[in-house]
Amino acid sequence: MSTREIISTGNDLAARAAVDAGCKFFAGYPITPSSEIMHTISDLLPKIGGAAIQMEDEIAGVAAAIGASMSGVRSLTATSGPGISLKAENLGLAQMTEVPLVVVNVMRGGPSTGLPTRVSQGDVAQAKNPSHGDYKSITLCAGNLAECYTETVRAFNLADRFMQPVFVLLDETLGHMHGKADIPTAEAIKSGIKPRKTFDGPAEEYHPYGVAQDEPAVLNPMFKGYRYHFTGLHHDKNGFPTEEIETCRLLIERLFNKVEAHQEEIDSYEEFMMDDAEVMIVAYGSVSLAAKEAIRHLRAEGVKAGLFRPITLWPSPAKAIKKHTDKIKKVLCVELNIGQYRDEVQRASGRLDIEGLFKVNGRPISPFEIVNKVKEL
Amino acid sequence: MAFNYDSYLRLEKMPTLWCWGCGDGVILKSFIRAVDKLGWSKDDVCVVSGIGCSGRFSSYVDFNTVHTTHGRTIAFATGIKLANPDKHVVCVAGDGDALAIGGNHTIHGCRRNIDITLIVIQNFIYGLTNSQTSPTTPQGMWTVSQKAGNIDPTFDACKLAIAAGASFVGRETVTAPKKLEKLLVDAMEHKGFSFVEALSNCHINFGRKNKMASAMENLDWIDSVTVSKAKYDKLSPEEQLNLLPTGILKQDTGAKEYCEMYQEIRNVHQGKRGKITQDDFVKKI
Repeated sequence: MSTREIISTGNDLAARAAVDAGCKFFAGYPITPSSEIMHTISDLLPKIGGAAIQMEDEIAGVAAAIGASMSGVRSLTATSGPGISLKAENLGLAQMTEVPLVVVNVMRGGPSTGLPTRVSQGDVAQAKNPSHGDYKSITLCAGNLAECYTETVRAFNLADRFMQPVFVLLDETLGHMHGKADIPTAEAIKSGIKPRKTFDGPAEEYHPYGVAQDEPAVLNPMFKGYRYHFTGLHHDKNGFPTEEIETCRLLIERLFNKVEAHQEEIDSYEEFMMDDAEVMIVAYGSVSLAAKEAIRHLRAEGVKAGLFRPITLWPSPAKAIKKHTDKIKKVLCVELNIGQYRDEVQRASGRLDIEGLFKVNGRPISPFEIVNKVKEL
Repeated sequence: MAFNYDSYLRLEKMPTLWCWGCGDGVILKSFIRAVDKLGWSKDDVCVVSGIGCSGRFSSYVDFNTVHTTHGRTIAFATGIKLANPDKHVVCVAGDGDALAIGGNHTIHGCRRNIDITLIVIQNFIYGLTNSQTSPTTPQGMWTVSQKAGNIDPTFDACKLAIAAGASFVGRETVTAPKKLEKLLVDAMEHKGFSFVEALSNCHINFGRKNKMASAMENLDWIDSVTVSKAKYDKLSPEEQLNLLPTGILKQDTGAKEYCEMYQEIRNVHQGKRGKITQDDFVKKI
């Protein structure tokens, strides 16, 4: 794939990625540290005939984006943790109605208003289940500047493939980091766009939710002659409310299965110096940059450390995690939260002796803190 | 010849879930006749509803339909309209939807003046959830959450819409379906945000405990608290106090519509005009 070099910030790259991926609509509400995404995209979209609107609150921001997407347009919203809390109900509606959407969350310290201008990874657990009810979240996590771009692009393609919201987690460090990124050209991204499936047979044979148990709904754009119904209620194959026992069961199981049965299309992780590793560090997001630096220092001192970096956080690359944790005795999760992903590593590995280095004071973790912790193990 | 509703209804969804004698069906039929009168193609119309008895409205009509979360109809509709400015987007919300949980979206929909029609089905109560107080429940009335009598001051929805900047505001009742149909035609034809309050009866969950247990008694009460704007304007402030005026209460055809204004933003970014300044507006602050 042909690439280009661009000097920018994580937030700016995420906005540019959306536009290159065919996004034509943005709705959001100002919130630190994600606002720059709105700043960039509100310049870019009108240039290409799209629209970006600042709504009256976070709830309206996600609702307008879902509305545009229901009509068939690739849509984006961006926010930070408190915004996700407010958007949660409508994110559930998008899960239930199977409306694709990309949600960029630039994480800051929480809970509540927390530390608005400082870094955190405290929304990892929230991303798994932001709304009530059963469904399977797809959450991607950028680990460097280039991935702020490439993971946003991937999120749009996954959202249309699986017909549901896809989260892109950035953190304040990455969102505001300014530097060089090698990213694919816009033409390369365009040629890789996989638009959502549509039905083009006769309207009376169209059943948007009447699909196989491992497949997403097929939602035609509005205003094209296929008049159907969206509802957050349990619904039948045509989208109309029902309480029929089997239909209800099959619907919710399908929301789960459509992701679980095709996890290989979603999985993404990086293994850094893992071939001969005797210490496995698990880190993601901006923390992984510090972890890599720490590993270089440790290796220079003769400690065989390696990094496992999940890029898709949810569903977790559980098989790949277990493959390593079955072999490697010392496993350390480094996170800007109190073990939100360590819980998942424990679950995936079946081990309860996974070590943690956690920080929740809004400051980044330095490579030397990681080096010292590894030496203590 | 009697109007044939069949081609606009999803007949397989009939009968509706609404109670016998409910006014919501009158609003549904008035809306259908209004769309027919405007000659809109069914493919070009999107109906967005919220939660409550009114939320079911969208599932009965054969358009592009969306049943959203409680109070958020206008927010969803704003996305649909801005992405498809040449299509017709109509919101149907209850009084709880539009004035309580979704009050903020109502205010800002009016302010933005985006070309959406909001029909508020106003029955003075939370009907679906069994008689809790609504922002429009008259003071002193019985509700299940204020059995001693409602003490919460009552919202005048149309005054709110006018103050918030809706360019078309009107009110009618289900006792005057022809007038309601005409009001809906005018509202939907209007370019900009049009706000229609349709007063409806809920004799089951509002009337029964407030001495109007039948549909007719509830409807008579609605008639007793409403008067045409022409008559209302001639009354003294004391006489106006417990009355709601009906008809078109505001119509500003000069107000700029949001999607058209957004096109100006596109023109700026595409180098077709200079930046938008205060000179582009009559009302600046």
